[in-house]
Amino acid sequence: MSEELHDVRLTVNGATHEIRVPARRLLSDALRHDLRLTGTHVGCEHGVCGACTILVDGEPMRSCLMFAVSAVDHEITTVEGLTNPDGSLGPVQQAFAECHGLQCGFCTPGFLTTITAGLRENPAPTHEEARDMISGNLCRCTGYQNIVKAVERAAELSS
Amino acid sequence: MKPAPFAYRRPGTLAEAVSVLAGEPDAKVLAGGQSLVPLLSMRLASPATLVDINAITGLDVIETIDANDAVDGQYGEHGGVRVGALARHAAVLASPDVRRVQPLVSMALQHVAHATIRNRGTTVGSIVHADAAAEMPVVLRLLGGSVEVEGPAGRRTIPASELFLGPLQSSLAHDEIAVSAYFPALAPGAGVAFDEIARRHGDYALVGAAAHVDGESVRVGYLSVGDVPTVVDLSGVADDDLGEAALAHLDPPDDIHATADYRAQLVRVLTTRVVRSARDMAEDA
Ligand SMILES: Cc1cc2nc3c(=O)[nH]c(=O)nc-3n(C[C@H](O)[C@H](O)[C@H](O)COP(=O)(O)OP(=O)(O)OC[C@H]3O[C@@H](n4cnc5c(N)ncnc54)[C@H](O)[C@@H]3O)c2cc1C
Ligand code: FES
Ligand code: FES
Repeated sequence: MSEELHDVRLTVNGATHEIRVPARRLLSDALRHDLRLTGTHVGCEHGVCGACTILVDGEPMRSCLMFAVSAVDHEITTVEGLTNPDGSLGPVQQAFAECHGLQCGFCTPGFLTTITAGLRENPAPTHEEARDMISGNLCRCTGYQNIVKAVERAAELSS
Repeated sequence: MKPAPFAYRRPGTLAEAVSVLAGEPDAKVLAGGQSLVPLLSMRLASPATLVDINAITGLDVIETIDANDAVDGQYGEHGGVRVGALARHAAVLASPDVRRVQPLVSMALQHVAHATIRNRGTTVGSIVHADAAAEMPVVLRLLGGSVEVEGPAGRRTIPASELFLGPLQSSLAHDEIAVSAYFPALAPGAGVAFDEIARRHGDYALVGAAAHVDGESVRVGYLSVGDVPTVVDLSGVADDDLGEAALAHLDPPDDIHATADYRAQLVRVLTTRVVRSARDMAEDA
């Protein structure tokens, strides 16, 4: 039995892409395999680690818990879409670089998208709020301290 | 970690969604997917068809119902809030109306997963998913709320007391779609409270408790202590005996997350804590 394929139009980082995928194609896989946007990382594939977090209409969501076919009506932003228009690092990316907010980098795309949306909602977080902002993302390397610093630095850079 | 193949339907109306479900015995509703997609990816579920309800308009309502509109008794004497099937946890949590009319809903939602999961997951989905470790089924049960469902035979209202049958098992028929959940308002002079203990903030709780105090009536609902959300009536029990009185009705399980003894201790601590805090709220009112 050949699997039914669906024509799906995805809007990612402002560009429109047409792909033909089975309904079971996870959005994370569509981004990585079909669109070759491998910045979005996949860790646990059941919603726990946060590495696959993208922005859907500006809100952070797990791309491993959505199907590409369900993403048609939305504007998607991945880590590739967080740079400044001239291609230089966006404020959250810049802050991670300055604060040593990453080591292996596996978790980083999920943190960057989550923090970008978090700072949009709360541009001047307290230390506690900065910690809370990243509480749904896991990092095995850094011990989080430098990521919290990066949240605070990104808030400064964006202000 | 990839779902098995399934057919996908994305109906634009409720009627169409119901008819697809009715014609396919092995179909499942897809709402926020925050519980269903992990089950599919781990292949703990492999339905033949998924009926994605996200394109149906009008299901994302969050509305308050005044006491005046509640005359027929269906909505209780003080009115309440109705939450549609596509209202995301995050939207319900952010609603000032919900917080004002029934603060227990907002108190409990803060403990449901992380913000990112709440952006996609629905409150109605978490109720009909009927996980005994979840917060919102207990809240609905404690408040005496209900779920409105639509099936081939039309609409019906299922009271929370008849909704939860077993682990992950609700009394919805396979071809019924939950349209909304109804949480009765907090009565004047009554108080509520919620608390839970989890290993990490945002994790499913080892034990959670919600209290409702109204005059002499003291009732506490528990999550993660049995197969279904459980409510215990503790009216008239002396403060020092609350925990033991609750445990007489509960049989906390032993599992990889916690021992039965530890859970029993959490029941004692949380019961006292939530009853005290609900009383404080009632007295301040
Ligand atoms: C990492 C992580 C942590 C989480 N932590 C918690 C937590 O601490 N507490 C908690 O309560 N939840 C938690 N959740 C689950 C989350 O709250 C889900 O959003 C919720 O359980 C299900 O809602 P959903 O809209 O995502 O439903 P889905 O996943 O789409 O569906 C779940 C089930 O309900 C059925 N269903 C859904 N909507 C309807 C409807 N309208 N009519 C008929 N059937 C329907 C589906 O067919 C399916 O069987 C967590 C999830 C993740 C991934
Ligand atoms: S890969 Fe999506 S949350 Fe871990
Ligand atoms: S930098 Fe390695 S997991 Fe976070």
